[in-house]
Amino acid sequence: MKKLTTLVSAAALTVASLPALGASPWMVENNTTKSECSDCHMAYAPGFLPERSWLAIMNNLSDHFGEDASLGDAARQEISNYLVAVAPKELRGVSSIAVPLRITDLRWFRGEHGSRLRNRAENNPNIGTMSNCTGCHRGAERGFFDDD
Amino acid sequence: MKTKLIITTGAALLFAAGVLANAQRDAIVASLASQAGVSSFNADAGRAMFLGNFTGGKEATPSCTSCHTNNPQAQGRTRVGKVIEPMAVSRNPERFTDPEKVEKWFRRNCTSVLGRECTAEEKGNFLAFMISQ
Repeated sequence: MKKLTTLVSAAALTVASLPALGASPWMVENNTTKSECSDCHMAYAPGFLPERSWLAIMNNLSDHFGEDASLGDAARQEISNYLVAVAPKELRGVSSIAVPLRITDLRWFRGEHGSRLRNRAENNPNIGTMSNCTGCHRGAERGFFDDD
Repeated sequence: MKTKLIITTGAALLFAAGVLANAQRDAIVASLASQAGVSSFNADAGRAMFLGNFTGGKEATPSCTSCHTNNPQAQGRTRVGKVIEPMAVSRNPERFTDPEKVEKWFRRNCTSVLGRECTAEEKGNFLAFMISQ
């Protein structure tokens, strides 16, 4: 009985140390992450990249895909912690030694978005780049991409 | 009578919000002036910086206009396609009212465009130009 109590309280502790019960990797649920990461683009959900990729991105914000996206230490730390807590350790189709930085370079992404579609999106001034999810997927920020 | 009261109150509130925004912006400009050791800023120098092309920064952003367009009253677009609201205070009264936000974006964008942080004088000139627009 004592064993069971210990087990239950250990489990409770583990759950309590997580950022949010049942945090979804498919939408950004941390407010700092949501606001800071959506200044220039949609705040991409943690599930799209493995943990090591997010850390590589968060540790090089002063050269963020060709722009300075540096943050104060407190915000940077909070966002990193959130991403580490929610992002997957490994991503299907990604080698465990690879550190992909662009979601748009992942094999599944290129498969879903062929070259003809890419050209059409990039030549549409309202979309402009494949990184602009909401240009086509209206529900992208809520994790809905099945509207294509 | 009631409608008139509501309209008057609404107008007064809008006016008050405008006065507050102006006061917040003035405080930012005053702080830059004291850092720069000047009594006023030069909007023309701010315009020149806004329209200028630079080589010291990052390749994708040689100018402020790369994202903001050369018209401060128009919407701009980030490199990822997201709309940027106009920089001109006349079009966007919320602009330059939050000191942290102002510092954050000067830090980032001066580094991206110029390859270094801007001086207090450059920031003040830039704000003077946007306030005049």
